Amino acid sequence: MNFLRSLADRDRVFDFLVPAASPVDVRHGPILYLEDVTVSFDGFKAINDLNLTIDDGELRCIIGPNGAGKTTMMDIITGKTRPDAGKVWFGSRHDLLTMNEPEIASLGIGRKFQKPTVFEALTLFENLELAMAADKRILPTLTARMTPAIRDRIEEVLETIGLAELRLRPAGILSHGQKQWLEIGMLLMQRPRLLLVDEPVAGMTEQEMERTAELLTGLAGKQSVVVVEHDMGFVRSIARKVTVLHQGSVLAEGSMDQVSNDPKVVEVYLGADAEEEVA
Amino acid sequence: MHWLGRPFTERSTQLFLGVLLAALTLVTILHVAVPQGHPLHVSAYTVNLLGKYLSYALLAVAVDLIWGYLGILSLGHGAFFALGGYAMGMYLMRQIGDRGVYGHPELPDFMVFLNWDSLPWYWTGFDMAWFAFIMVLLAPGLLALVFGFLAFRSRVTGVYLSIITQALTFALMLAFFRNEMGFGGNNGLTDFRDILGFSLRSDATRLGLFIATGVALAVGYVLCRAIVSSKLGRVCVATRDAEARTRFIGYRVERFQLFVFVVSAMLAGLAGALYVPQVGIINPSEFSPVFSIEIVLWVALGGRATLYGAVIGAILVNYAKTVFTGVMPDAWLFALGAMFVLVTVFLPKGVAGLLAYRVRRRKHRGEDDESPTPRGKEVSA
Repeated sequence: MNFLRSLADRDRVFDFLVPAASPVDVRHGPILYLEDVTVSFDGFKAINDLNLTIDDGELRCIIGPNGAGKTTMMDIITGKTRPDAGKVWFGSRHDLLTMNEPEIASLGIGRKFQKPTVFEALTLFENLELAMAADKRILPTLTARMTPAIRDRIEEVLETIGLAELRLRPAGILSHGQKQWLEIGMLLMQRPRLLLVDEPVAGMTEQEMERTAELLTGLAGKQSVVVVEHDMGFVRSIARKVTVLHQGSVLAEGSMDQVSNDPKVVEVYLGADAEEEVA
Repeated sequence: MHWLGRPFTERSTQLFLGVLLAALTLVTILHVAVPQGHPLHVSAYTVNLLGKYLSYALLAVAVDLIWGYLGILSLGHGAFFALGGYAMGMYLMRQIGDRGVYGHPELPDFMVFLNWDSLPWYWTGFDMAWFAFIMVLLAPGLLALVFGFLAFRSRVTGVYLSIITQALTFALMLAFFRNEMGFGGNNGLTDFRDILGFSLRSDATRLGLFIATGVALAVGYVLCRAIVSSKLGRVCVATRDAEARTRFIGYRVERFQLFVFVVSAMLAGLAGALYVPQVGIINPSEFSPVFSIEIVLWVALGGRATLYGAVIGAILVNYAKTVFTGVMPDAWLFALGAMFVLVTVFLPKGVAGLLAYRVRRRKHRGEDDESPTPRGKEVSA
């Protein structure tokens, strides 16, 4: 009887009626949830029983030596690589293992690759315009209008990445660091819920690093941000919580101080540098 | 259709249309109102020659659209130009009627000569102007659609695409050389009499064709400008510079390439259709790979990715060709080669780049005279 009543309940929405592009459900806290994920390439276990939880609005840094599985983990989340076993959930409603790359991207997971690629012949404003979430078929693109709402959104992102003064200059004139920021801006135009950022400060000057740190910490709260980075000084400057990967699984997790004092971590990753630093 | 109106608000388009309109008016007045023998009189021969240049200019605009903005170097655009030309030539052949050498009421002379007793099926309908004019756009458009679909879907780009477009036009040239194809073999289609009832031998018709070509150039230019100044145009430039990245942010790059390729091919076909009645013949030599490469040279000389540069390049090079082949026919190819080398070395952005540079410099100097603000600090609008 109760079952029949529940069928007649007008407030009820059946799971199969919920469109795949429905909003991400983060009522339970985590926006990204990986459980017992394993991937092997030709017998080599790149990811081995990995468990990781990212909360909504969190800024998380992931560090680890080369070959620890950082990039593979990103590939799994964005749908580029399929794990052999395990669960990957986005919020508590979307099973990422059942989706392909464009579907995952349209759910709101944006990824920034190491090498910045912007459209050098176009202005910063136009770069952001193209990256914006919109109908990207031919005719809608041909007849697209610049509305005040779009303009405001682009200006807002230009302010966020601190390049508003250069809005009408071609992106080709930007420095390496500024290109990285523009690329983060292009990700923001797609209104992502979760940003995956791969080595954002590689090749940056001190000042640019500081600026990037401000940018990423400013984003956290509105978006969840996962940063993979080698530069310990940079990680120290932004991280509230750090995850250390080693041989495809989590070795330690906690604040930067906790992690860098962890003897296991010191042994496998931080090595001599960190001992000096800690001492 | 607001995107079609956008170009009219741009300075460069207004300037281009103004200059084109002034040139058309001036030539018309000097041809009609100034008596023959007067030093300022423009002869029917010159009007005809200018009309030919304008159809080349439209062809160059079509090539600039895909090469300049999308980075697709087509070395086979002569094929689309020639197909449009053949569609127009077939219409003009049917207009001859029984006035041919053999006086057959229906068959063109070359078919009578080959002892054919009826028109091949693909010649049906070409006695009607509207049908022929649609085919002028449809035939090159369809070829571009099929060819482009296969090429872009397989992600053939860069130099490989250039090579297969060369192969395409070469294959078509060999095919059209054959008498069995039913397009007049190596003689092509010629001996045209009239178009839409007007005699092609009268000066008035030639002037009309010249003006029609000018109008077609204006329409083609505005269409291309509307495309490149829309968001789609920016997607094209993005594709040209970083194809993988464009795909990654969600654009189906191969569809954009196909769309622009087809538009460009149709414009090239239109140019060919306007060219044929003005020169009075269409034969397979228009399919020759060398001609397609020459078109690219016009665009390179005039300046890529500006559209008006393509027009300037096409007119300049063809004027130089007319002069040179009159004075020293053997030296023409050397002159073309030298021009190309000099422009690539000294004017990497072509003639249009030089013009833009001069305009910018004058503007800078003007600003300096008016306000003593220090230069070097960039002010963004």
